[in-house]
Amino acid sequence: MKGSIERRQAQAGRWFVLPALTLIGVFFFVPVVVGLVLSLTDFDIYAIGDPSIARFVGAGNYVEILRNPVFWKALGNTLYFVFASGPLMMIVSLAAALLLNAKLARARGFFRTAYFLPVVTTIVAVSIVWRYLYHPHYGWLNFALGKLGIPPIDWLGDPHWAMPAIIVLAVWKNFGYNMLIYLAGLQGIPEELYEAAHLDGAGWWGRFVHVTLPGLGPTMLFVSITTLLNQFQLFAEPYVMTQGGPLQSTMTLVLFLYEQGFRWWRMGMAAAIAFLLFLIMLTGTLIQLRLSRERTR
Amino acid sequence: MKKLVPSLALHAALIAGALFALGPLLWMVSASFMATGEANTFPPRFLPAAPTWEHYATLFTRLDVATHFRNSLIVTVSATLLSLLINAMAGYAFAKLRFGGRERIFGFLLGALVIPAQVGMLPLFLMLKTMGLVNTLTAAVIPFLASVFGIFLVRQYALGIPDELLDAARVDGAGEWHIFRTIVMPVLMPILVTFAAFNFLSAWNDFLWPLIVLSDNSKFTLPVALASLSGEHVQDTELMMAGSVVTVLPVILVFLFLQRYYVRGVMMGSVKG
Repeated sequence: MKGSIERRQAQAGRWFVLPALTLIGVFFFVPVVVGLVLSLTDFDIYAIGDPSIARFVGAGNYVEILRNPVFWKALGNTLYFVFASGPLMMIVSLAAALLLNAKLARARGFFRTAYFLPVVTTIVAVSIVWRYLYHPHYGWLNFALGKLGIPPIDWLGDPHWAMPAIIVLAVWKNFGYNMLIYLAGLQGIPEELYEAAHLDGAGWWGRFVHVTLPGLGPTMLFVSITTLLNQFQLFAEPYVMTQGGPLQSTMTLVLFLYEQGFRWWRMGMAAAIAFLLFLIMLTGTLIQLRLSRERTR
Repeated sequence: MKKLVPSLALHAALIAGALFALGPLLWMVSASFMATGEANTFPPRFLPAAPTWEHYATLFTRLDVATHFRNSLIVTVSATLLSLLINAMAGYAFAKLRFGGRERIFGFLLGALVIPAQVGMLPLFLMLKTMGLVNTLTAAVIPFLASVFGIFLVRQYALGIPDELLDAARVDGAGEWHIFRTIVMPVLMPILVTFAAFNFLSAWNDFLWPLIVLSDNSKFTLPVALASLSGEHVQDTELMMAGSVVTVLPVILVFLFLQRYYVRGVMMGSVKG
């Protein structure tokens, strides 16, 4: 009797996970494996009509990509974006969380919602909004800088400023998410630790360095890895604001992939770019895990 | 008295932060009501001299934004409803129904989270093309149907359901599907609302996949339509702001209504590491 209940439970369990596993298998794992094969072929616009004409080219696509200066430009830009916006976002998120967590703070609910609101907005829409805020003549940003005596900057038209402009937009859009996670981390630090540090004569900076930061350690690792994984996939902002220009200064890996795959229909090439992106992201994650392990040792 | 100065400084900083976060959104709303050309003046204006609805009227009459709104709504609502059922079933089974290989399969799914979606996108596009699904709203829905994150959320929550509750029903002779529908689903309701909010927002805001898979203007979702409009109407600041408001407003409203549930999802997602 007991055995039959267990057997029925196991059977039900398999049925219950079947729809999800089938969908993930057919629409994710199969494409990933096919993508690997695709990246070893010269699949192009003609092959879309007749897949049989695609030929196996071995590592040919990978070699060609590594020889393509646009790839290195896109990789450099993506790394610039990741390594500049990552720490900047961490500082802004943490500062916002500390402000909200201050004992004196009033109307916390309102401020928390306000800071979080950009996170839920549609990236295409806010990219368009910021494109006008960055307008060299009529934009609010140059107007405000003008008040400080700084001459107008052609934010999205100048190859030196286009990427910083996208970084500021990304920080604005995303800091609220990490702020919430930091806030939860801060609330998990026992009050006694602060009191003990206070009794030892530590000022607010001392308490921040010796109590808050160590207390947030695991949270910070999690936040930095998820931020990294998201930021490697930068696409919509440059697609809408600059189309990768000026002078390819905002060309990113995913934008490069999109152009190869869906503008020039070089699917084999684009699949190879996707796998390189995956390898780069994996390497980044592993380095980060290793670094944090060494620090805690 | 001693606390007055720190309190003032703290609130000044909080308000400055709120202006930074909300400023661009408030300007978007304000500029969408300005007369044509009014947003392109120096010095920039913050409020319209004479508010007008004309850009919204243009969007919904001449530019057919109603169709794009409808497309977005169809994609988002069907993705959310279907994925709720699919992921609730799987998440519950991974937590509460013992079957062979359960932990291994779940670990495998979590491991797959490191693979970026772009890796599967090109073959998926070719697959859907041979199935004749490219340029249909179904294709835009497909990647949202089953989500490892959704399964994870439901599983974490379902782990808290006491086994005695389920066993009592089993002893009474209830089938597993009946137990799921009448006992488990009501208990899971809070986490399902959380997941629905997440899924709604990410399906509504998604851009790269619908951009790839939808080719006719009449099939575009709002973000894709907006990106294509912004190419043709670069000069029409006020019109583009109205388009942005129409795109952003639904997600902001959904978020404000379901904020409590959404925030829980952010927190639960952050403890998995």
